[in-house]
Order: sequence, then C-alpha cells, then structure tokens
Amino acid sequence: MSKTTFINAILIDPKSNTLTNGSLTIEDGFIDKINGPSKGNIIDCKNKYLAPGVIDLGVHICEPGERHKESFKSASMAAASGGVTSIVTFPNTIPVIDNPELLEFFMKRARESSKVRILPTAAITKKVEGKEISELSFLQDAGAIAFTNGLKTIKDPKILLRALNYASSLQSLFIGHCEDYYLSNKVSATSSLFSTKMGLSSAPRETELMGLERDTLLSDLAKVNYHAAQITTKKSFLKIKELKSKKNNISAGISIHHLLFDESYIENYRTFFKLRPPLRSISDKEFILKNIKDDTIDTISSFHLPQDEESKRLPFEKAAFGAIGLQTLLPACLKLVHDKILDLPTLFKKISLNPAKLLNLKSGILKEDYPADLILFDPDKPFTVDRFKLLSKAKNTPFDGYKLYGEVLKTFVKGNEIYKSRNTIDT
Amino acid sequence: MLNKKDLLSIEDLSKKEIIAIIKNANNFYKNKKISIKEKVLNNRTQINLFFENSTRTQVSFEIAGTLLGASVVNFPLNNSSQSKGETLIDLAATLNSMNPDILVIRHPNSGAVQLISEKVTCPVVNAGDGNHEHPTQALLDLLTIQKRVGRTDNLKIAICGDISHSRVARSNIFCHKKLGNKITLIGPKTLIPRNIDKLGVDISYNMADGLRDVDVVMVLRLQKERMDGGFFSSEREYFHLYGLDDRKMKYAKPTAIIMHPGPMNRGIEIDGNLADNLDKSVITMQVEAGLAVRMSVLELLLKNKYENV
Repeated sequence: MSKTTFINAILIDPKSNTLTNGSLTIEDGFIDKINGPSKGNIIDCKNKYLAPGVIDLGVHICEPGERHKESFKSASMAAASGGVTSIVTFPNTIPVIDNPELLEFFMKRARESSKVRILPTAAITKKVEGKEISELSFLQDAGAIAFTNGLKTIKDPKILLRALNYASSLQSLFIGHCEDYYLSNKVSATSSLFSTKMGLSSAPRETELMGLERDTLLSDLAKVNYHAAQITTKKSFLKIKELKSKKNNISAGISIHHLLFDESYIENYRTFFKLRPPLRSISDKEFILKNIKDDTIDTISSFHLPQDEESKRLPFEKAAFGAIGLQTLLPACLKLVHDKILDLPTLFKKISLNPAKLLNLKSGILKEDYPADLILFDPDKPFTVDRFKLLSKAKNTPFDGYKLYGEVLKTFVKGNEIYKSRNTIDT
Repeated sequence: MLNKKDLLSIEDLSKKEIIAIIKNANNFYKNKKISIKEKVLNNRTQINLFFENSTRTQVSFEIAGTLLGASVVNFPLNNSSQSKGETLIDLAATLNSMNPDILVIRHPNSGAVQLISEKVTCPVVNAGDGNHEHPTQALLDLLTIQKRVGRTDNLKIAICGDISHSRVARSNIFCHKKLGNKITLIGPKTLIPRNIDKLGVDISYNMADGLRDVDVVMVLRLQKERMDGGFFSSEREYFHLYGLDDRKMKYAKPTAIIMHPGPMNRGIEIDGNLADNLDKSVITMQVEAGLAVRMSVLELLLKNKYENV
C-alpha cells in the first residue's frame, strides 16, 4: 500500500503537551514514522496543524428509527468536515440498541454508510427503561465499547447497582447522565431568577450533584469505571475533583455548549438552546471555564442530538431538547483556544487523547504504530456559522450566526483521505 | 403612546406606557358611551384564541372589542385543528392569512403567545401564557387601585398565595416595581419560587408579618390544575395559614382593599363573607376595570398599527 508523508506540519501532541514542526509518514493505515525521511506521496502542510482526529463521545445518530433527522451518511459527512474521525454513539435510537442482533445491524449500516469510525455504546437496561439489565456480555462481544442509559437516568438505585455490578465483571466503562430523576423530570430549565421570570418549569442545579453522588457511590460499590457524561455546575465540578483525588475509576466530561452558553441564551424562549441538562447560570459556566484546563474534566464533546424543525418550533416547554454539534465541535473548541482559555495540545487531550484512553482505544496521539486517524487544519480562520450549510440533516445548532474559528483542510481515517476542504492546500 | 406591535408582557412596558394605558382606560370606564367616530375597531376583525378554558377574560375581551366596533370571532379550539395535530405555528399562519386586525391569545405554555406573535403581522394581546404573564390583569388591577385608593404610587402591596404558578403575580410584580411601589409576597415556601426576591420584592411566610400596614391585598387563586401535587397539606390547613379572613385582615391598614383575579375558591384562599364585603373587597370592580383596560389596550395597539403605516 502507498505511503504518504506530511511535511512542514506543526504536529500537535497531546501526550507530551507539545507543538513541534516536523513531518509524519503514514503507511498501511498506521503512523509509520515521525520526522523520518520523506517517502511516497508528499503533502506540504505549509505550517498548518496536524493532529489526531477528534473522538466525539455521546453522539445521537438517529439511525435506526429517525433517519429524517440524521443518518450514518449525513452524520459521517458532518463529522469528517468537522475533524471528527470517531463517533461514539449513544444507544437511544428507535428501537434502542439493547440486544446483540440490533447492534450487529447497527454496525452493518455503519460500515456501509460511514467514512468515520463508529464506536457504539449499548443500553445498560432494556429499552433504556431502567428496569431490566440488557445482555451486556453479548453486546460487548458484538462490539459495544461502553454501556450507558444515554440521557435517561435510571430511576431506581437498586436496578442501577445491579446493572453496575453486572457490568463490572466485563471491565467495561459506564457512562452516566447525572440528574436526579424526580427533581428533573419534565423540567425545561435550571431554577433561577431567569426561569422564574419566564414562568418555566425548572429544577435546582443541585439535581446534578445528587445524581453524581448517587451514581459514584454505587459505582464505587460495584467497582466499575464511571464516566459522568456532563458536569455542568460548580458544585458537581468540585465533587468530581474531590473524588478524583482519592479514586482512579472516575472521569468526567462536558458539552461544548455548556462551556460557551448559559441560561441567559434561552431568553425569548429560544428552543435551540433547550438542552439536557439545561443551560446553567453564568457563574457556573464561568467557574468551569476558568478551571477547564486542569484535569478535572477529561473530555469535551458535542452531545450531538439532531431534532427536526417541528420538534423545535414549539412553545419552549413542549419543544424537544438537544443540539447538533458534530461539525461545530472543533470550531467551537477552537474558540476556547482563541480566547486563550486552552492551548492546542490541552484541547486535543480533551477531545482526542482522553476519550481514547477512557475507551481503551489505541488512538488519540501522534505516535508510530498508532492508527492514522489524522486531521490537518488551520485553527485561526474565522467563519460565521450558517445552520443551513451544515451537513447534518437536522439543522438545530445553537451557533447559527455565531463567529467560530478553524477550518479542517483534510481528514484521514485509517490513512485514507475521507474529506478535503474546497480551500485545500493541494497545488 | 404604546410603542410596540403587541402587548405580550408588563416586563416589556415602560412606566410611561403603563400610565398611558391607564389614562386611556379612564375614558372607557363604566361603559361610557363612545361615538362612532371613536370606534377604532369599526369594520375590524378581532379573533379570540383561547387554548385554555376561560370565562371572564374571554368574555371581557369580546365585549371590549364589540364596544369598539369590531367583529369578534371566538376561534373554536375544542374540536378543531389542535386535535387534528396542526402545530401552533401552522395555526398562526392560517389565522394570519384571514387578515385579522388583532389577535387575543391565551395559552397554557409560557412563551407560546410570543411564539405566535412572531409569525403574524397583526397586533397580538397576551391574555395569559402559562406561568409567565397576564398583562391586562395587572393593568386592570392598577386601574382599580387608582379608582379606589386614589393613587398608583407610594403603595404597599401584598400578593398572597400561589406565586409559583401565577402569571398574575408576575405581571403585578413587574408593574408595581416599575411604579416604585413596595411589594411583599406571602405564601407557603412551596409556592414561592426561590430567587424571586432578586426582583426586589419582600417575602414573608406568614400573613401577620406580610400584611402589616399594606394598602392593597391581592389574593391569588390556588391553581390546583397547574400543580402536580404535594405543594401543601390540606385545604383546611392552607386556609388556616394563608386564607384571607377578618382576623388576618386586621394586620393591614384599616383602609386596605382586597383584590382577587377570580374565579375564587371560597373558604380556601379567601373567606366568603370577606369577599362579599364591599367596604373592602373590590373584586367586582376589577371586572369593570377589566373591560375599560382591554378597550384601552385594543385601541392603542390598533391606533399604532394604522397610524404607523
């Protein structure tokens, strides 16, 4: 198979936390050599950045069941053009991915239609109802890389403990959604002066800490690796920090939307900002932003959740929650770099290396023998998001009209170029 | 005078606009005869769109429109498009194509009236949206206060009961904060939202403290239909603690008036005899004021529409 060498690149290494000028050669889908002699095809990167591809953890693809919102094909195109080379899917489709036959079908569709890697999680309880444990071992054999109930919390702590105990013997990661079920059921905002003035049903932000405390206590009993998918309040951030100082089986993530938006954005009942968990106060957002560079929050993801126009063009309380984000994850994260909140290697730790580590994937760094899942990009190019130009079928982005940064020039998965920008640097 | 297309909330209004609506409402108070020339809604169409059951508000808007010369259509919602699955926005577009001159809308979801208003070209009056606002109620309360107390400023006002589920409370809070009046919210802690003190209101969990020296006591209806259970123990305990009666009324100023947006739950939030005591209770007067305020609002919005083109 042919070789390709990227020359004059700035290599982003999240592991050693460095940016270095150099070259990188790939062969047979793997990274062959860094700073070796130029072989095969030469790509002159002209001092643009070469980084491991983004791994987006917690994506809703909507296939099977709701292909009018998103399909493997459209999600894959959106991902590739946004620098995402691996999509970690949530199982909350119709039907739910809770048995091996469905997962096999799911992966068959993924192989046929997706150019990026699809890494499936499976439902820890059947139909994500939180009542019966799924066939976790069969699901793991069929390719499930982690278990979760998606954005639905398991109501009954007894069932959760059993499910976690069952999962722990499989050495698998559990991805939890931290909200107290009863406090958060059917609410659409965070309790605050804001939601009070707007007359919206709300839950206090402590609901997240309650969910986190319950989940981590039970995970500890079951000795299972626990990942809190979205930590969005100061109190739960501090709790994670405290737990991490004592234990090594806990990790946490956040959505980029909760880092860039706060509850004030729902003013005028703008349903594209109706998310789960709901957007938090300005002070919560700013606290987490200020501390995002430390190791408390491991991962930043999009929690891509496509919704059709009809589900969003409703009164706020009735509208569906969620936002698309596969294509805007990297540009939105680059805004953090532009605002000097994160440097590039630390960013790629949170969007590539750490998700890989959590899921035991050999990925996320530029190293010999690692898979050639790479992106070449220009982090500084500003652009204005036009939701109708995004490649996802659903257009529910909260970034419509916003100025973000960065352009992906080329995306490679297993050494194959799967995306090339129109402003490509090829001559 | 009223510098907007729609009346969606009191929060959106300036003090000047509030005063202007009240001043104009005085021209209509007690069904003063209006000449044909003044009937700005002559040959105009007003559609009332009530997604939530209402008697007094809908009839009040209907009479207000009729007195101003409008053809008033009450859009029937019980067995219409809603049950056939038509979306709110499609319905708004349909109505807009019928070229109404003004729409009066009530909806059980906060923000729904604003959503419709963004999709239609004619003025929209919010007749109550979810737990958000009910602007004409606050305005009619203000007109009633002006008539009975003799002023609209330098007042101490208590709002009692279910604040959490009340759009009337929110509209009145915004209104009286803009006018510089002092507001105390009284009720069980389960029915007063946390954070609401940040609007600059006092909060009291007992009537004796909260009612001290107030000029106006606004009693809210217990919105049992909006509750999902467990906000208080029993109606008799609620009445004992928060139901307005002669004993609790003694803490207020001797001249204090009692208001209620209706319909009343006698013996739960208010003692029946006290509600009927016309020396103190202005509840029927509020209904009269409602008509005048709604005529005023319809007229000002319509004048706006046709004078600005």
